[in-house]
Amino acid sequence: MEDSNRRLLRARDAMDRAYAQPLDVPALARIAHVSPAHFSRAFRAAFGETPHRYLQRRRVERAMFLLRETGRSVTDICFEVGFGSPGTFSRTFRAIVGRSPREYRREAAAVDVPSCFTRAWTRPAD
Amino acid sequence: MFNAITHSQIYVLDQDEALDFYVGKLGLEVNADVDFGPMRWLTVNVPGDPDRQIMLERPGPPSLSDETAGQVRELLTKGATGGHLIFSVDDCRKTYETLRDRGVEFTEEPTERPYGIDAALRDPFGNSIRFTQLKES
Repeated sequence: MEDSNRRLLRARDAMDRAYAQPLDVPALARIAHVSPAHFSRAFRAAFGETPHRYLQRRRVERAMFLLRETGRSVTDICFEVGFGSPGTFSRTFRAIVGRSPREYRREAAAVDVPSCFTRAWTRPAD
Repeated sequence: MFNAITHSQIYVLDQDEALDFYVGKLGLEVNADVDFGPMRWLTVNVPGDPDRQIMLERPGPPSLSDETAGQVRELLTKGATGGHLIFSVDDCRKTYETLRDRGVEFTEEPTERPYGIDAALRDPFGNSIRFTQLKES
């Protein structure tokens, strides 16, 4: 159990690093030492959500950061964090955060804590 | 009232492996390594800063029941025990290269932040470690 968790955590870390890339299930499954067919199930059993959902929330968290901390355009941020189109980005963002990216930007304030904690705690909840 | 933090603690699955990692790879120093029967009291510190010890504790009986220790191990390997250490460095990129060449598993490469440059890694067990080159104020 512990070895399997640790390998899945390694795969999750790889997703966190390469969040702007498409979800590469075969590569992640190799890191986790499971078959591609079982990766999603094993990931969900360990972390309580599918890899796809985890990646979406990671991308939205990055987008929230860029909306808060930079003046870059919403479209720019959408592509920067790995979404394929502004429409998908807006829909996903609103579904997860409950507000549009522009509304979020207006209301958000910058936070000044080490980035690992910002990342973990500003992750949008399910 | 309080005037310093002298000890903090993280869980590790294996104390020998923890020593290889924290001392052999990260370059910390052993502060105490004492077998007093029920447990091995093992602490490390940043070189030159012996007043701030990090205890590397193995979860298990009699401190924890087998069942609870199993739960701790499970959470630890999911990166969920809350074991976080943040170190400061003079040169983040140079430290990153040194540690990378020693085979350390990085989760974030050196990145510019509002407060400086930092990078992140995991220990072999799942604890999260970060090191920061703070902006000169």
